[in-house]
Amino acid sequence: MNDVHSDAALRVIDAVKHYGSNRALDGVDLHVMPGEFVALLGPNGAGKTTLFQLLSGLFSASTGRIFVQGVDLRSDPLPALAALGIVFQQATLDLDLSVVANLRFHARLHGIAAQRCEARIAQLLPQLGLADARNARCRTLSGGNRRRVELARALLHEPSVLLMDEPTVGLDPESRQAILQHIHALCRERGLAVLWATHLVDEAAGADRVYILHRGRVCREGPPQRIVADLRADSLLDAFLQLTGEERPAA
Amino acid sequence: MSPAHASGALAALVGREIVRFWQQRGRLLSSVVRPALWLLVFAAGFRSVFGVSVIEPYQTYVLYEVYIVPGLLGMVLLFNGMQSSLAMVYDREMGMMRLLLTAPLPRWYLLLCKLTAGTLLSVLQAYAFLAVCFVFQVTLPWRGLCTVLPALLLCGMTLGALGLLLSVYIRQLENFASTMNFVIFPLFFLSSALYPLWKLEESGVPIVHRLAQLNPFTHMVELIRFSYYGRLEYEALLIVVACLVVFFAAAVLGYDPQRGAIARTPRPAR
Repeated sequence: MNDVHSDAALRVIDAVKHYGSNRALDGVDLHVMPGEFVALLGPNGAGKTTLFQLLSGLFSASTGRIFVQGVDLRSDPLPALAALGIVFQQATLDLDLSVVANLRFHARLHGIAAQRCEARIAQLLPQLGLADARNARCRTLSGGNRRRVELARALLHEPSVLLMDEPTVGLDPESRQAILQHIHALCRERGLAVLWATHLVDEAAGADRVYILHRGRVCREGPPQRIVADLRADSLLDAFLQLTGEERPAA
Repeated sequence: MSPAHASGALAALVGREIVRFWQQRGRLLSSVVRPALWLLVFAAGFRSVFGVSVIEPYQTYVLYEVYIVPGLLGMVLLFNGMQSSLAMVYDREMGMMRLLLTAPLPRWYLLLCKLTAGTLLSVLQAYAFLAVCFVFQVTLPWRGLCTVLPALLLCGMTLGALGLLLSVYIRQLENFASTMNFVIFPLFFLSSALYPLWKLEESGVPIVHRLAQLNPFTHMVELIRFSYYGRLEYEALLIVVACLVVFFAAAVLGYDPQRGAIARTPRPAR
């Protein structure tokens, strides 16, 4: 990897994923540098979830390679997975357990010693506004708070790369904004590399760089302003609609 | 994977299964009531029909309800093994499985932890059923409670591994009913759980007899039966261990992200 992106926190090289004759991903190249907030913007069915399944090691790419902190996910998955924090699109909390029990469960899967785990929990819950919910059963929490618990869990083992797969689906605007701002702050303050998948253009507008994914391919990459300027579009939404070939409703 | 990490993950998964089991107390009840009905109703009704002559490992004639206890212990393990596979499918549908499979631990080890957790629950239920047997004064030797433990653990692991393997192929929770029809019932009825194999031979149904001989569940029941009376059936032991190795290896392969069946079909894109 002797090239300009060799120090990327997350790097995807020419990832292809077939399901039978269907090419869900068709040669995706992508990188995220430390401290960078990168949005993966694509309409539903563009291949975002498939890409995230490959990035989180759930499935393997048909061809292509993925590196986390320079470690090949395929040949050396354990250190690569240890460096990843993941918030899945689908809720993955055990709803019958308390907030703190969910976090401890995760800590044990990640081999975090009890003392460090308690210290991290004590640090993270107030940061995410969950200090009072510590012992609440997850079933009793609102959708926004459940997401925050999942975020706390993803950050518990101090990952260097955070994968967020459409994390704001189903949340009210206030919760969406709060989570987005928190993640931006983590990028700036902690140097966390973030890949944020979304189909909502406004979430991508504040990103350092955007990858626009359409039909399994990256059709444009760069800072949002540059994409808008290159396409002589009015806004990122306009550029996105041009690239994905969808007409703006009632234009 | 350090020993502390490995044991912590095992404790977390076993703890989670126990908490979930405790929250679904109906499961314990049904796991005891089901074999108890067989014992108290079926066996009582058929006591006079099935006279069981002196066969190994029994020293004397035994009542039918004594004969079917090992088979019913096998049934408890079989149901719980399948229940664990249902839990795997549930976890997959509910997304919990993703959390497990993205932990920085080898997949075979995570599956082994799940299997161990499920087996401990199986064995716990088997002992709950044995308690019922003693309450209803089925004549069983007390010391069998100790000698049967390794057999229960081994058979519980093997049936759990079979459940794990099935969970690779069961795509949705709804398909669980067919598992009952195509896995649990044939395994149970085509075995020595309810009648000794020579009875099948004597009844002039050689195909059924042959199938029952080939059925791994028969060997599990016999392993449990002999162990309960302090005897080791080497042939049954070998067959059960071989089944455990094959089922578990196939399940690990099935869950492999590169080669396994789990990777071949598209997940719903959201």
